[in-house]
Amino acid sequence: MELGQYLWTSLGAFLTLSVFSFLYKDNPMYKFAEHLFVGVSAGYFVIILWHDGLVTNLFGRLADGHIYKLWLDSTKWWYIFPGILGLMMFTRFSHKWSWVSRWPVAFYIGIATGLSIPLEMSNRVNRQLYAMMEPVNWDSFMGSGWLDMGAGYSDIIVFVGTVSALIYFYFSKAHTGVFGGAAKLGIWTLMIGFGASFGFTVMARISLLINRIQFLDKNWKRNSFDFTNENFNPLYQALFWLIILIFLVYAVSEFLKYLKNKNASSVKSA
Amino acid sequence: MNWFERFMKLDRRWIYLFLITVCLLAYYSDFTVPTIREKETGAIYNFIDSLPAGEVIFVAIDYDPSSQAELHPMTYAIIEHAFRKNLKVVFTALSQNGPGMADQAIHDIADSMRVEQTYNGVSYPAREIANGVDYCFLGYKPYYALVITAMGQDFRTPFPADYYGTPLDSLPLMKKLHNYDDISIVVEVSSGNISDAWISYGQGKFGFPLAMGLTGVMTAQYYPFLQSGQVMGIMGGLLGAAQYEDMADNPGLAKDGMRVQLPAHLVIILFILIGNIGHFASRKNRKNVQS
Repeated sequence: MELGQYLWTSLGAFLTLSVFSFLYKDNPMYKFAEHLFVGVSAGYFVIILWHDGLVTNLFGRLADGHIYKLWLDSTKWWYIFPGILGLMMFTRFSHKWSWVSRWPVAFYIGIATGLSIPLEMSNRVNRQLYAMMEPVNWDSFMGSGWLDMGAGYSDIIVFVGTVSALIYFYFSKAHTGVFGGAAKLGIWTLMIGFGASFGFTVMARISLLINRIQFLDKNWKRNSFDFTNENFNPLYQALFWLIILIFLVYAVSEFLKYLKNKNASSVKSA
Repeated sequence: MNWFERFMKLDRRWIYLFLITVCLLAYYSDFTVPTIREKETGAIYNFIDSLPAGEVIFVAIDYDPSSQAELHPMTYAIIEHAFRKNLKVVFTALSQNGPGMADQAIHDIADSMRVEQTYNGVSYPAREIANGVDYCFLGYKPYYALVITAMGQDFRTPFPADYYGTPLDSLPLMKKLHNYDDISIVVEVSSGNISDAWISYGQGKFGFPLAMGLTGVMTAQYYPFLQSGQVMGIMGGLLGAAQYEDMADNPGLAKDGMRVQLPAHLVIILFILIGNIGHFASRKNRKNVQS
């Protein structure tokens, strides 16, 4: 690993440890990492919008026109209109002219609504309803194994689970008798769904921790002590121990503070 | 104070410390855990594996660094599998910080392709992966729903040039590619709502086979789309990535990470049990005091 790359990796390691230090309590290193992340993300987003949005999709398409002709001589002159709509958004900064910005917003919402309503209805409602009402596959009722999604019984589970969960959310009738039993089945269905989500969520959070451990070990620690690397520099080890030292000093200072507070409270209670 | 009342008032930082210690011990221990190959991951692997050389797949890298722990291993496994099979790949990154993720993955896989490897008993020679010939990275554009819809007409509508600024028509790979009709499968690797847009505005409107690599948090939410046939396969979290790596015989960070998942889950289950026992015991204790 070359020096420049190692410095970036060490910065990543420092920021990783800074963020983890929040698990103990809020501290200046965590604050630094948090503010750096927010700032870099915002700056990066603005630049990428400029380069990947405006430069290629607007200026690039009007590039064969001339500014003194207001790009009307461009072969794709109609791209002037989205440009004007975009500029109209900046009237938000004026109290007097801010109403103008409603036009591009209305234009965008109109297009988005027209596009999304039929597609969302078709793909997220109708097709899900069809899937819920699939005929039972009696030929493969038991499927190929435990919890096989293609098994016939899973169609029955999906249908009964969906209907009973909907019954649980029907509040115009008291949840008593058969209706109450169905509602109870509905809440069990929901709980099983939440349980599955929780299990996956635990896996996701642990995955983040594992990834950081892999990064600190494989990318940072190993390169800090990789004497076989032809680009190895003693600075690598020095930087590694400096970062460790920063967090050790912080941990010791917090421990001393803890002891001081404990002594003070015991003197007070005595 | 009883032991269970002490447990109920245990400072959460002790739990963090215990969990991190268990994870570190597991990470530095030498053991393996078997990977169960599930159908939903197998469907994606088998589909890509059965494609003839020269076919084009579309990989949408729609995640930020905050999700790279789970999703990068999936991306790496799929891309390397595709390149080893001599498939062509078109990339997009419709998440704001996604282009960096995609660029890193493409370069890392291009490096690993320079080494001869044997996967599942088949030897794959080393080769160079060329931009514009073996792959095309289209980059990022805002408003993903509109971009996904526009790509159904022509990739050139939202992306007149690729991520590196080269006009699409000057790239040999893109000369014959116009829209989703020229693509064998779309693999959407995502950590957010972009997956919904790929289902509604992409697969629902244009009918291409759609496979999904999702974060663990999202996975359960997307299983209904598998049941309805709108999605042909799902890789869920690090487990899905490990399964794909296992099928491709290319163990990476996901397989390595699954070793740590097992003891970490056992710790979580242990604390759930202790928490529940403590809750019921303290409730019983309160009732006894009241009576």
